[in-house]
Amino acid sequence: MSDTKAPVEDWATDFDHTHPDYAAGAPAIWDDLRKRCPLAHSERFGGMWVPTRADDIKAIADNDFGNYTSHEVVVNEYANNDEMMPPPIGGAPPITSDPPFHADARRLLLAPFAPKQINKLEPFTRQYCHDLLDVALAKAKDNGGVFDAAIDYAQHIPVRVIAEMLGLPPEDGDRFRTFIHHIIENPIERELEEEETIEYYLDAQIERHRANPKPEGEGDLIDHLLSVEIFGEPLSPEHVRGTVVLLLIAGIDTTWSSIGSSIWHLAQHPADLERFRNEPDVRIFAIEEFLRLYAPVTMARRVAKDHELRGQQLKQGDWMLLPFPAGNRDPEAFEDADQFIIDRQKNRHGAFGLGIHRCLGSNLARMELAVALEVFTERVDDFELLDPATVRFSTGQIRGPRELPLKVHFDA
Amino acid sequence: MKISYNRELCQGHNRCYMLAPELFDVDDEGYAVLKVEGEVPAELHDKAQLCVDNCPEYAIELTD
Ligand code: HEM
Ligand code: SF4
Repeated sequence: MSDTKAPVEDWATDFDHTHPDYAAGAPAIWDDLRKRCPLAHSERFGGMWVPTRADDIKAIADNDFGNYTSHEVVVNEYANNDEMMPPPIGGAPPITSDPPFHADARRLLLAPFAPKQINKLEPFTRQYCHDLLDVALAKAKDNGGVFDAAIDYAQHIPVRVIAEMLGLPPEDGDRFRTFIHHIIENPIERELEEEETIEYYLDAQIERHRANPKPEGEGDLIDHLLSVEIFGEPLSPEHVRGTVVLLLIAGIDTTWSSIGSSIWHLAQHPADLERFRNEPDVRIFAIEEFLRLYAPVTMARRVAKDHELRGQQLKQGDWMLLPFPAGNRDPEAFEDADQFIIDRQKNRHGAFGLGIHRCLGSNLARMELAVALEVFTERVDDFELLDPATVRFSTGQIRGPRELPLKVHFDA
Repeated sequence: MKISYNRELCQGHNRCYMLAPELFDVDDEGYAVLKVEGEVPAELHDKAQLCVDNCPEYAIELTD
């Protein structure tokens, strides 16, 4: 696995986001690169570019000149030759789609993810957070006050909610996380057996939905995808499956990371915890500040045509990493960019991406993050990190704590 | 103070709607809908500024 990786000589010329050193120290790496080499390069993964300035990241995401393609958004070492879903469609529409197809594929999903629809899921989410803490706190009581906020709490929340939305069995949560591990955390580990793949699992689930159509207005998201049309035709089976794969995986590691990082912050900053807990009006700003400073998601593009950027010659097929978290810490774009300011008033962060691929699940993710933190700070009165050295952050394109042992003081 | 909003630039981040539901609504697809035409009432000036300062796509503008 990752510990066999060659050491990184210089992050400006040998960048590797899957290296263990990156998990521990990414923010310092971005700050250093932004100052001395705002478009870093690496020969790894077949050639990759890494911008760290907010304005470059926005311009690349905006992609006004069609210089980049979203056909692949997770850096990998395999040749991509999926003939069923050629450009501009890609394997998981709309995230792998380019214009003009992208807008049509995306529009199919906008309504179910719009704020007023998502708000209906809030009571369900809140109840589930309470249920998780009932179990986690009981465990902590028997365990010297110790439980893991990433493993026993944060990771379950997005899984349960998206299973509800898609109409998948909630008890399959562990399987979803294994699929994600294969796809995002370790895309270059090994080839999988067919039965291990997310496609194999989802084909059976989609078939079950197809065989049991629900009345108009009562369906889940899979029913929705089976009923809508694009260009006057039902979606192809590959399109339905690709989009379900996307909806299942896009929201899990990401939101898990965001909730975990926020709890990690609160455990170390009692003054912020006090304000979050006691001042409901500050929460709307606090949530965005958590998202800015601890943005979990780095996306990727491929260079679609040779062009020049910041004096460098980019070649078609090169990877272009889009580290939104690095842009969110650019001092040119944010005052005191490296500080957590709980009521920051000017906060145009790009945690959910920028431009046409803006996170479709952003309203859902925000709701989950807010509810998860409200319930946590209400129920867990006095907590701290068990030991900063036992917190483990992920490597790769999704950044957040995967282990976050806390110590709770019950008699406070 | 006048407020304007550019639908072409809006990507539906919904920051404006969350910060100032008095000024912005949201349509069924999650795009912003400006609720006031022209002059922003004095008591909403601060909120209008917040919308401008938090729209990641620079889709909202204020003019005197
Ligand atoms: C804190 C949690 C989350 C973060 C930080 C996040 C971040 C992002 C980012 C940065 C993008 C842009 C991708 C690109 O430019 O290529 C994106 C796209 C997307 N996200 Fe999220 N996401 C989160 C949660 C969710 C959730 C809960 C869902 C729900 C299923 C979701 C579904 C999607 C989808 C479908 C897209 C593709 C949109 C498109 O290509 O048009 N995300 N997300
Ligand atoms: S904050 Fe900007 S991008 Fe987001 S909905 Fe409002 S106008 Fe649109």
